[in-house]
Amino acid sequence: MSENMLEVTNLCISFGGLRAVDGLNMKIRKGQLYGLIGPNGAGKTTVFNMLTGVYKPTSGKIMLDGENITGKPSIAINRAGIARTFQNIRLFKNMSVLDNVKAGLHNHMKYTTIEGILRLPRYFKEEKRATEKAMELLKVFELDGEAQQLAANLPYGKQRKLEIARALATDPKLLLLDEPAAGMNPNETEELMQTIHFVRDSFKMTILLIEHDMKLVSGICEELTVLNFGQELAQGETSAVLNDPKVITAYLGE
Amino acid sequence: MKKLNISKTSRSNFITYGMVIVLAALMMILDGAGVLSSSMRGFLVPMCIYIIMAVSLNLVVGILGELSLGHAGFMCIGAYTSAVFSKCMVDTITFAPLRFTIAILIGAACAAVFGVLIGIPVLRLKGDYLAIVTLAFGEIIKNICNVINLGVDSAGMHISFDKASDLNLAEDGQIIIKGSQGISGTPKDSTFLVGVILVMITLVVILNLINSRTGRAIMSIRDNRIAAQSIGIDVTKYKLMVFTISAAFAGAAGALYAHNYATLTATGDKFNYNASIMILVYVVLGGIGNIRGSIIATIILYILPEKLRFLKDYRMLVYAIVLILVMLYNWSPKMQEYREVLRLKLKAKFGKLNKEESIT
Ligand SMILES: Nc1ncnc2c1ncn2[C@@H]1O[C@H](COP(=O)(O)OP(=O)(O)O)[C@@H](O)[C@H]1O
Ligand SMILES: [Mg+2]
Repeated sequence: MSENMLEVTNLCISFGGLRAVDGLNMKIRKGQLYGLIGPNGAGKTTVFNMLTGVYKPTSGKIMLDGENITGKPSIAINRAGIARTFQNIRLFKNMSVLDNVKAGLHNHMKYTTIEGILRLPRYFKEEKRATEKAMELLKVFELDGEAQQLAANLPYGKQRKLEIARALATDPKLLLLDEPAAGMNPNETEELMQTIHFVRDSFKMTILLIEHDMKLVSGICEELTVLNFGQELAQGETSAVLNDPKVITAYLGE
Repeated sequence: MKKLNISKTSRSNFITYGMVIVLAALMMILDGAGVLSSSMRGFLVPMCIYIIMAVSLNLVVGILGELSLGHAGFMCIGAYTSAVFSKCMVDTITFAPLRFTIAILIGAACAAVFGVLIGIPVLRLKGDYLAIVTLAFGEIIKNICNVINLGVDSAGMHISFDKASDLNLAEDGQIIIKGSQGISGTPKDSTFLVGVILVMITLVVILNLINSRTGRAIMSIRDNRIAAQSIGIDVTKYKLMVFTISAAFAGAAGALYAHNYATLTATGDKFNYNASIMILVYVVLGGIGNIRGSIIATIILYILPEKLRFLKDYRMLVYAIVLILVMLYNWSPKMQEYREVLRLKLKAKFGKLNKEESIT
């Protein structure tokens, strides 16, 4: 198929009079770790919401691995291969850590509701397989020890990790992370960035990452797009973008 | 780790099944020995009915997290449709267990159809709006059942919403539903044993459903709809499924109800919002999402008002106070803390103690 995992063309959305995202163009190659940065309120989360079908774009086009997914509902987009995390964590709080990840495996478990109610052999086989898969994912994020805890009882940093594990469980082609390090201390952040790198390499994943803090992304992102007031301010290789005077002013002016 | 998890939830489920079987056996033995008072004996079948109602409502309220105030409406549909079937077939199918089984299935199926019918438009609503619409639905059903006249003769079925005489039945005709006088002469097929079997079926289906991929999908919708959609869970499909399953069990409970009395009417408090709210009270007090709690709460709260009869006028006052106390016991943070401390103490004393499951 195409060489690009994601191609966004002239993407726009307005809320009433506000053009929250205004003509965004972005190409992300397969296997790339790509950063979307910009000051608070620049429209980064709104971009994610359009990519994942939470909002319908006013205009523009989104292509995932050669497939047009513009304006499709969230479920279809997840099945097409995009999974995400949320800036304001959205876990299934009253479910166990393990069940959060197993919920992510929902569409990969091959037994019907009837088979589940009647406890036919496929139920046991698939549940076992899912549990093993989920435990593997939890191990990547060092959450396997807390598998039986309620998600709500995890400390903040681990909740963020659990969200990533749950998203990965859906076996996406493209993973969207919305400020994954928000609220973490520098040590946790450093460790998380390494985990993200590891996920990209070992799962052969394409990752688009939102970060509010520019310094964080410089470590791991290969390319960046900088948004400011809904518009693209700069785009390209990380070091070049970060040294761009326009970008520096935008951040200083914040 | 994984083995532990599976055995833990199934252990909790088996405690629930065991509790029901032991209680049922105890009641049967007491009944056989002739020590049950006649009022207690009259309670046995209704108890099963309301346990089924509470458990199936808990699926909507506790597992899906939507407020429904029309659960008694589904029960009403199940009661009427099954009673009509039994009355028509009482001479055709003389083998009562078979006839009653079909009647229950018909009651469940008809209620399920209504579950889908009101589910489709209603599932776009949330919270209070859903509660109001389901409340209205229950009232509409009850009121329709109150005015409907139905008769059969050689020419087929006749329906009138005014007077029974409008049915214009032929000589050989028979009135099945007679307005507010309802249906009389339904075969009294309901027994405690049938009730217990239905309770067990309800429990197995709902507990197995909860502990499956479908149950996880339903709970994920409850906990966070947007996140559930983001991992590819079809919110509409599962909401509709929950509504349908829950309605079907309420329909089966209705069938049990209709065949427990010689006459079935929709007047009074049986199928109106009072009944729906009473069932909701059982669910809330038993613990939202806690199936075993629903059973225990139903048993206690169903018997309580009767046992308080000696208090005469103060009966409902005491009942209300008990409700408030149970509510505090279940939900106040201080009490929860205290119970946790107590549990740990007991655990230290008696070694391994079964850990309470939050969702079982
Ligand atoms: N649903 C909405 N309705 C109205 N305005 C919105 C909505 N979602 C986002 N916005 C606005 O769009 C702008 C961009 O927000 P957001 O994408 O959250 O920024 P950030 O870059 O910090 O993630 C903000 O001004 C915000 O108020
Ligand atoms: Mg944001």
